[in-house]
Amino acid sequence: MTELFGPDPSVASSAGWADPPPRKGFFTDTSVCIGCKACEVACKEWNGVPDDGFNLLGSSYDNTGALGASTWRHVAFIEQPRRSGNEQQFFSELPVGPSATDALNRAGDAALSGDRSALGTNTEAVAIQAVPPTELPESGEPRDEIRWLMSSDVCKHCTHAACLDVCPTGSLFRTEFGTVVVQDDICNGCGYCIPACPFGVIDRRTGDPGTKNVGIAQKCTLCYDRLESGHLPACAQACPTESIQFGDLDELRVRAQARVDALHEAGVSSARLYLDDPNDGIGGAGAFFLLQDDPEVYGLPPDPVVTTRDLPQMWQQAGLAAVSLLAGAVAAFVGRKR
Amino acid sequence: MTEVKRRRRARGGGGDGAPVVPDAKFSSYYGRPVLKAAPWEKDIPAYLFLGGLAAGSSLLAAGADVTNRPALRRSGRLGALGAITLSLAALVHDLGKPSRFLNMLRVAKPTSPMSMGTWILSLYGPAAGVAGAAELVALAPRWIDRLLPRWARWLLTVLSTPAGLSAAAIAPAVASYTSVLLADTATPSWHEARRELPFVFVGSAAAASGGLGLLAAPLAEAGPARRLAVTGAVAELAVSSRMERSMGLAAEPLHQGTAGTLIRASRALTATGALGALAGSRSRVVSAISGAALLAGSACTRFGIFEAGQASARDPKYTVVPQRNRIDAAQ
Repeated sequence: MTELFGPDPSVASSAGWADPPPRKGFFTDTSVCIGCKACEVACKEWNGVPDDGFNLLGSSYDNTGALGASTWRHVAFIEQPRRSGNEQQFFSELPVGPSATDALNRAGDAALSGDRSALGTNTEAVAIQAVPPTELPESGEPRDEIRWLMSSDVCKHCTHAACLDVCPTGSLFRTEFGTVVVQDDICNGCGYCIPACPFGVIDRRTGDPGTKNVGIAQKCTLCYDRLESGHLPACAQACPTESIQFGDLDELRVRAQARVDALHEAGVSSARLYLDDPNDGIGGAGAFFLLQDDPEVYGLPPDPVVTTRDLPQMWQQAGLAAVSLLAGAVAAFVGRKR
Repeated sequence: MTEVKRRRRARGGGGDGAPVVPDAKFSSYYGRPVLKAAPWEKDIPAYLFLGGLAAGSSLLAAGADVTNRPALRRSGRLGALGAITLSLAALVHDLGKPSRFLNMLRVAKPTSPMSMGTWILSLYGPAAGVAGAAELVALAPRWIDRLLPRWARWLLTVLSTPAGLSAAAIAPAVASYTSVLLADTATPSWHEARRELPFVFVGSAAAASGGLGLLAAPLAEAGPARRLAVTGAVAELAVSSRMERSMGLAAEPLHQGTAGTLIRASRALTATGALGALAGSRSRVVSAISGAALLAGSACTRFGIFEAGQASARDPKYTVVPQRNRIDAAQ
């Protein structure tokens, strides 16, 4: 029986696998991501994931938006007027004055209307109006404080996966590699996994009736088919900088700690690991990250907790409420004639 | 240093209507939601209402059966049959693949409130169905009655009381599990309501079913419906305000936009209906109007809480700010 909360050193065994292989996962080191989106493309190609809309979202080079039913890898782009570490000014002919980034972002925002929550999953929901003119303040100061954050997001394959816990059909299951996978031929599209996920990863695929797997929940499988035949997941295979590293989770955690130490040594004090800790609210993730700012800057929840941690309490309260209703109904009939 | 960050923080406000707490400062990725809202349509809040109505009606019908109140028994059984039939239709309609509805019966998982709910409804539905069918047959014109074989009519008559009592035994679970269905998600305004929501939902179910009893049964038999309705309405109103105080920032969406309108309507209708039910014990008309108000109030409660949760999932503020505060408090 799987525990609902806390560390679980052998998540596949807890799920009933006899003698499983070591737990597999991703370590996404965002400090070496160059934002090439090869992971997004490789994922779509290998897994036959349909398009997720051809949008211009006005958010830097990110026109994907968010993870969703047809987006299993998503590269985030964040532009910040801040130095990333101890880099030097090597060139004399650098641009001067404040960065245009902020003004352009604001103009892009103003041009977008509609339901932003549907960005990346519903191409109809967001309209782009005429972009208003941007006025840049003038100054001769050298511009030396700008950094780009790029990060390839993916399903976290949680130790305690709410999507799997709440799935009423058993479509979502724990593989022998410790990953969490939807069985396409079983899911009936009830949609319960979608609000259960603390990261907003899984979604129900929408589209024309002919679309592959339309109407059912879809997300990253950590390339279950490739793993079974000893290959790297498609995104890790395609990543040109090894920002996406695949391997045994235990080993990845050691590697990640060494990397964060090296970055701190090099002066990148903002580097930190995210979801690597088995004592966190989801029991640690199978896919964890090295980030360079707070998780929420990347669109990630800063302190996610699996909802089923509180499920025993919820069932208890519901039981008490049910007894109260029964008592109330009995009391309504007791005593009086009318 | 963080001009971009401040801009993003500033965008956290969002929402319409007056904020209950001052706008919190927080970072987000271009103002986008962290979570995904449930893909559920109006089917689901409609089911929350109808399921509660069916459950309360089965309880009233069983009590009426035992205490010999035939009109209240009839309205309860027929109300339960109608409400649970519409519920099942709504639940199947809301699936992404309705043809795979039966896959719900592949497993029984205590960690999935939807799985538990499926099994609860699988027990409740046939029981409420038999009891309701017995009433339908009794009401049907003679020529329809003749179409039924005699053994079937006999079976319905014999089974109606055991079936009605069985339905009533399962009914409390039908009314309360739906609160866990909502609360067992990452949706802030549902999850943070988890302690009180079951009591709000059973109160709402009692008010709705009592309301139906007041609407359908004559004064002479409506006493239990009246008492159940008033008790339920008072419980719902009292626990709701306690719930809002315990929810922190996640209570805010209950007061804003569509959800705010629905919740305000639910309060007004439920309070008016309860007062009317108390005052109108000698008037069929006042009782009926009060019953209708209680039914409408219960529906507004369910739709309001549903919409508030959806709004809380769409705004990253409700995800990020409480989690950030938790981290800051731990340090």
